[in-house]
Amino acid sequence: MVGALGKNFATFASRLRGGHGCDTAAAAAVWAVSKRFMSSSGESITVREALNSAIDEEMSADSKVFVMGEEVGEYQGAYKVTKGLLQKFGPDRVLDTPITEAGFAGLGVGAAMYGLKPIVEFMTFNFAMQAIDHLINSAAKTNYMSGGTINVPIVFRGPNGAAAGVAAQHSQCFAAWYGQVPGLKVLVPYDAEDARGLMKAAIRDPDPVVFLENELLYGESFPVSKGVLDPSFTLPIGKAKIMREGNDLTLVAFSKMVGYALKAADELAKEGISVEVINLRSIRPLDRETINASVRKTSRLLTLEEGWPQHGVGAEICASVVEESFYYLDAPVERICGADVPMPYAANLERLAVPQIDDIIRAARRACFRKEDMRQATA
Amino acid sequence: MALRQAWQKTGKALNRGAIAPAVIAFARPLSTSADPIVLDIPVPFKGHNVEAPSQSVETSAQELVGFFKTMFVMRRMEIAADSLYKSKFIRGFCHLYDGQEAVCVGMEAALNERDCIITAYRDHCTHLGRGGSVLEVFAELMGRKDGCSLGKGGSMHMYNKKGGFYGGNGIVGAQTPLGAGLAFAQKYLKADGVTLAMYGDGAANQGQLFEAMNISALWDLPVIYVCENNHYGMGTAEWRSAKSPEYYKRGDYVPGLKVDGMDCLAVKQAVKFAKEHALKNGPMVLEMDTYRYHGHSMSDPGSTYRTRDEISGVRQERDPIERIRKLLVTHELASVADLKAIEKEAKKEVEDALAKAKESPAPDSEELFSHIYRKSYGSEAYGADRKEVTVKLP
Repeated sequence: MVGALGKNFATFASRLRGGHGCDTAAAAAVWAVSKRFMSSSGESITVREALNSAIDEEMSADSKVFVMGEEVGEYQGAYKVTKGLLQKFGPDRVLDTPITEAGFAGLGVGAAMYGLKPIVEFMTFNFAMQAIDHLINSAAKTNYMSGGTINVPIVFRGPNGAAAGVAAQHSQCFAAWYGQVPGLKVLVPYDAEDARGLMKAAIRDPDPVVFLENELLYGESFPVSKGVLDPSFTLPIGKAKIMREGNDLTLVAFSKMVGYALKAADELAKEGISVEVINLRSIRPLDRETINASVRKTSRLLTLEEGWPQHGVGAEICASVVEESFYYLDAPVERICGADVPMPYAANLERLAVPQIDDIIRAARRACFRKEDMRQATA
Repeated sequence: MALRQAWQKTGKALNRGAIAPAVIAFARPLSTSADPIVLDIPVPFKGHNVEAPSQSVETSAQELVGFFKTMFVMRRMEIAADSLYKSKFIRGFCHLYDGQEAVCVGMEAALNERDCIITAYRDHCTHLGRGGSVLEVFAELMGRKDGCSLGKGGSMHMYNKKGGFYGGNGIVGAQTPLGAGLAFAQKYLKADGVTLAMYGDGAANQGQLFEAMNISALWDLPVIYVCENNHYGMGTAEWRSAKSPEYYKRGDYVPGLKVDGMDCLAVKQAVKFAKEHALKNGPMVLEMDTYRYHGHSMSDPGSTYRTRDEISGVRQERDPIERIRKLLVTHELASVADLKAIEKEAKKEVEDALAKAKESPAPDSEELFSHIYRKSYGSEAYGADRKEVTVKLP
């Protein structure tokens, strides 16, 4: 915590010297200390702001980048992710499309084949199923089929997975479906830093990228360092991030579930289980190296996802760990997933259909061969 | 047939025109005049929400001889592919274009290097028209290294980005929104070109075609939707699949023209007209009334849903190569002997390419894992047995 404060201090001190007109170090210290009580560290931005600023900066840097989708322009974005872009870049570069996913996804792919860099928004990835032929057969496979002569530098982005109360047709997680396809890159940001860095990397990438966001994360604020806010900031594609180090159990999650994993890890720490939380950031390429290195340290694996269990992301991770790190395992690999059901509407049923913190804690204890909170047993 | 001509026999060097480079090689001293001739096409255009262009088409001896040569090479190439398939050098799918040559050849006469073409899977001749070689077509069909897609695409996936040819697409109808996207990019980058998005009568009922037409009309994209109506979608005749088989009208608010697709000059005129329209006013539909002699693919004899009389009737009355031959001979632009000589050279060109293609080796095993991505970040890819084959992508 002291280290974080020190970093804060330096950040705020320099910012104050830069523009806030208050020159003394003492004043800067007061400012930094008071800021500490307001937010945990540094500047905070929402995931929405992170995505918006990333797209804005990349459009400014490269005139070939344009945005297309339903309500991205005049409506300012169905979830306000593209707010302000029409005003800034004009209707030639921010295009409102009719409700014709197959048509505009195909159009985006064709434009990318010619050499432009489209960002195609699907209002949710549920609707992308109407266009999925273009993502797979027109975008993913073309570089290969053409012997490397035609690449498709397109980004397909939008909310993925469950929101709240939107029921069966609007709640599916597509990470496993797209993650299976060679030729696609599939990214799954969690926090604001992920959103900025991965979006910029995706836009600059010469291959088709499926960028799976989460509606419930758009409004969440996360602290970011100055470096993250720099226009040159990108994150590497295919590298997971260790959010929290631990020694007893490797917990692998992506997107919204990373937040759940971190909360569960906090709870588990109280009963002496030290959890290492991995934020995948990328479904394809999958960072098997980081995952396996972690499991070889902790000897236990638990995967976490909102999507359906059968043939899911967790299934691939478990298989990979069993193949690569079998002899390091002290417990069976396990998956926590969404329930094997179409998403129900009723709030109590919906709660049962997606993982809860308790589910993670229970499974973690199981991996450590404990039935309950060990503190109670010894009380 | 009205004819106005002013020409002289000179040994002028050929200008580029739109003649495929492979064909320029054996130009002959006679009939090379580039002086304009105006010929009337017999079958008038039919317009939908647009005034049809004139039936008088400007051409030249050189252009007509070029049509003849190019179509003849294409015809020989497709017939050779038929034999290759039957002797199992070609596997999987093979959709032949013979009979339809006038469409792609007539189109090229009205296009330039700034224009783009995208088509479906009956693409061998379209690829040739865009500057591809017979060698790379044969090698690709046989899955060899020297194929235009390194042997990794096959019959349906031939591309030539530099030549403005975007495939070669296996999913019926998918190429139409892709074509709208190419046109979008041309407009965005002010490339001063049009895209011809080609599809068949079978694809003409696809929803995504109408989605593409809607967006391209809304956004004034320079795209021309070319329906190659050969009257059969696989084994289903047009009257069994379309409530309205008047495909040039199906664009509704998008104007259309019906064109005799067996007549190179009619095709050229229509495309020239449509290109001017598209660059100013947005999309147009061209329905090419054409015919394929082969079945849908090599697994289709082509005679269970149409009569042999119908096929031979079209060959007799409307064959595109014979039409040009008659034109050239009747207007004394070439003698029967000249044309025979051209045929002989064309046959040789195709045979030489075939022999060379047969010598081309299969791709190296490493090619299994190349070109999955343009940029791979060193990620891994696995063979069937990952403990045996794991590759770090470049």
